[in-house]
Amino acid sequence: MESCNCIEPQWPADELLMKYQYISDFFIALAYFSIPLELIYFVKKSAVFPYRWVLVQFGAFIVLCGATHLINLWTFTMHSRTVAIVMTISKVLTAVVSCATALMLVHIIPDLLSVKTRELFLKNKAAELDREMGLIRTQEETGRHVRMLTHEIRSTLDRHTILKTTLVELGRTLALEECALWMPTRTGLELQLSYTLRQQNPVGYTVPIHLPVINQVFSSNRAVKISPNCPVARIRPLAGKYMPGEVVAVRVPLLHLSNFQINDWPELSTKRYALMVLMLPSDSARQWHVHELELVEVVADQVAVALSHAAILEESMRARDLLMEQNVALDLARREAETAIRARNDFLAVMNHEMRTPMHAIIALSSLLQETELTPEQRLMVETILKSSNLLATLINDVLDLSRLEDGSLQLDIGTFNLHSVFKEVLNLIKPVASVKKLSVTLNLAQDLPVYAVGDEKRLMQTMLNVVGNAVKFSKEGSISIIAFVAKSESLRDSRAPDFFPMPSDNHFYLRVQVKDSGSGINPQEIPKLFTKFSQSQSLATRNSGGSGLGLAICKRFVNLMEGHIWLESDGLAKGCTATFIVKLGIPERSNESKPPFTPKVPANHGQTNFSGLKVLVMDDNGVSRMVTKGLLEHLGCDVSTVSSSEECSHVVSHEHQVVFLDVGMPGGIDGFELAATIREKFAKRHEKPLIVALTGNTDKVTKENCMRVGINGVILKPISVDKMRSILSELLEHRVLYEAL
Amino acid sequence: MEVGQMQRRLIEYTKSLFMEGILDDQFLQLQQLQDESNPDFVVEVVSLFFQDAEKLLNDITRALDLQSVDFPKVDAHVHQLKGSSASVGAQRVKNGCIAFRNFCEEQNVDGSLRCLQQIKQEYYHVKNKLEALFRLEQQIVAAGGSVPMMELSF
Repeated sequence: MESCNCIEPQWPADELLMKYQYISDFFIALAYFSIPLELIYFVKKSAVFPYRWVLVQFGAFIVLCGATHLINLWTFTMHSRTVAIVMTISKVLTAVVSCATALMLVHIIPDLLSVKTRELFLKNKAAELDREMGLIRTQEETGRHVRMLTHEIRSTLDRHTILKTTLVELGRTLALEECALWMPTRTGLELQLSYTLRQQNPVGYTVPIHLPVINQVFSSNRAVKISPNCPVARIRPLAGKYMPGEVVAVRVPLLHLSNFQINDWPELSTKRYALMVLMLPSDSARQWHVHELELVEVVADQVAVALSHAAILEESMRARDLLMEQNVALDLARREAETAIRARNDFLAVMNHEMRTPMHAIIALSSLLQETELTPEQRLMVETILKSSNLLATLINDVLDLSRLEDGSLQLDIGTFNLHSVFKEVLNLIKPVASVKKLSVTLNLAQDLPVYAVGDEKRLMQTMLNVVGNAVKFSKEGSISIIAFVAKSESLRDSRAPDFFPMPSDNHFYLRVQVKDSGSGINPQEIPKLFTKFSQSQSLATRNSGGSGLGLAICKRFVNLMEGHIWLESDGLAKGCTATFIVKLGIPERSNESKPPFTPKVPANHGQTNFSGLKVLVMDDNGVSRMVTKGLLEHLGCDVSTVSSSEECSHVVSHEHQVVFLDVGMPGGIDGFELAATIREKFAKRHEKPLIVALTGNTDKVTKENCMRVGINGVILKPISVDKMRSILSELLEHRVLYEAL
Repeated sequence: MEVGQMQRRLIEYTKSLFMEGILDDQFLQLQQLQDESNPDFVVEVVSLFFQDAEKLLNDITRALDLQSVDFPKVDAHVHQLKGSSASVGAQRVKNGCIAFRNFCEEQNVDGSLRCLQQIKQEYYHVKNKLEALFRLEQQIVAAGGSVPMMELSF
């Protein structure tokens, strides 16, 4: 500014300039004064302003600057010295304050600037946090969707429902245009479109499984973006005008039960995958976000697990059904088997009786017929009948015996029998056949072989007949020798029967029989088979001999029942054969009676058995009855006299008779009781009185009382057996009285 | 025919007689009484029975033929026959006699006659059977074997 106090303006043109200056100064001053006012006003308005002192300084600076300009207004015209001084003062002040302010600002402006920077930083941070929160929210949403999806999927064990639900839920969650599932076919070479979201019934599109895009998807467990133009994505016609939406595909492992090891997580290295394809809506310009991809991957895994659970359940139900079926079948089979066994047992029971009875009738009557007068043709016919029926009877017996043997229900009929005569019998039976074949048969019984033995005679004979019969059957010429002896302990243990440990004792001995023939022999390899049922030797020579093949099997079982062993030896074909068997037989007890031959049982002996010399008188008017009683008593060794009437009796009876048997059943004639009374009278004075026994067929008490009344010592009911008579006599002689309970 | 076969035949035949009820236990008892000291016991007793029975049957027939039947006498005969048949074990004859005695008590002539017929039938039946049996035994003995004992096991 120029101060031109003393110089008067010369030019009037400068007045314009002066005027402008004047006006500008005025406005400057105005502005200068209003700025602090504004400042103060707004600062007052705002709550926070940390630099008040600066403000004051600045305000002062401004005010003084304004004052300066204001005072400048007065300097345009002639002004007094006061104005000049005021001007000077204000300028000085202004200079001071402005310098101070300038100095101050040097400190303050960086601060102010840093405030701004911080503000910017905070704003950025806030934006970032916002973003992050958005992300978290999205993730949480995703998680919720996944949980819900999983829940939906896992709430069913039906494959179809699982897959359908998956697609529906995914479609909803991600707002997809289309979602499809491609399953591998049975051959494993193609993928077939199995489920889609929008289309109701997907037509069976198939794509080969070895496309590069599919391999790419299958090789990674992540969701992979694929081109919308690839075959798996071209499912529906393009709906939008511009761009089809982005497509993502993910593999779904199809896990088998075997993938779940007990402490391992399932290995995802299975071979079979399904392909899930998801398409965003076209024309939406939407992009697949990372969290969406993650969602898809998680869902794919869950689907895999759910499918495998469904598969496990299916399999276990199938297994259970199978088991039930098998159970039913087994039950049926068992019941059928039981029925069959029952039927067989019934059959056997019937056979046993029904078949044997007629057979015996046929055999007995044919034999009788043979004894009558027959023409030669008739005789031939009868002989044939007899032979055939004998054969049949043998067969029936064999089969029935074998069934009983196998059941284990066969028991030996143990009894005492004449061992020597069994051998002789066998010899007699076999001699005719042998002589026809011109075979010589020799029997050699050892000296120490007991005459009597205890065992099952019938079956021993059957065994021997079978063995000897086989020897005869299979020999065309030569000789057959039968040797029988008591087996001693050393010879009992045979190398051919290593598990046979016979133990002779006081009550038993082991009979060893060897039958040697010079016949066709047996191939040593076939020997084990001989004892099995129904097996026939293969050689042609033996085939023609007939027979059921049961014989040796039955023999073996009989011999085993007799706690013995049977075996065959042969040096080979055409070299003969030796059959040996050892059986355990009992040694019979001694008994006093001389037994008639073939008595099967040893009779029970009670008390005194020998009544030899006992003088007995028998009175019976019935001749036959008398004779029988006499025979009975004589059999017991008594000395018997008989009378046929009471008079005769009373005459004949003497003190020598120890027992008198009276038949008291006769009507008419002298009553037996009277006779008894007579006899007693006769010997009343004698010391030795005969014992009087009444024989009667009457069973009433009256008879008994009458007998007792007349002093009869005993009453016996007719008919009497030998044993009964024996016991009666012994009791009578012991106790002098016998009253049988009538 | 060999001895063994004949013996078996004898046993079967005897068995059949028992099973048909023609003979009973008593016959077995008789057989048991037969031994070396008494080798023909059974034959003797049975022969005696035949004689006795025929005589008694004739007596009974004549007695029933009379105008007025002397039932006590008939009864006495029947009693004798019953005793004899019981002693040899001719079961059916014995049973017939028991039935006969009932008719005698009732003094029933017609019943008695019918019963008599039946007894006669049974008697001739058992006679034939026993004679056949004895023939078989003779054959066995002639062939050198011994007569087997019956075992009542069925």
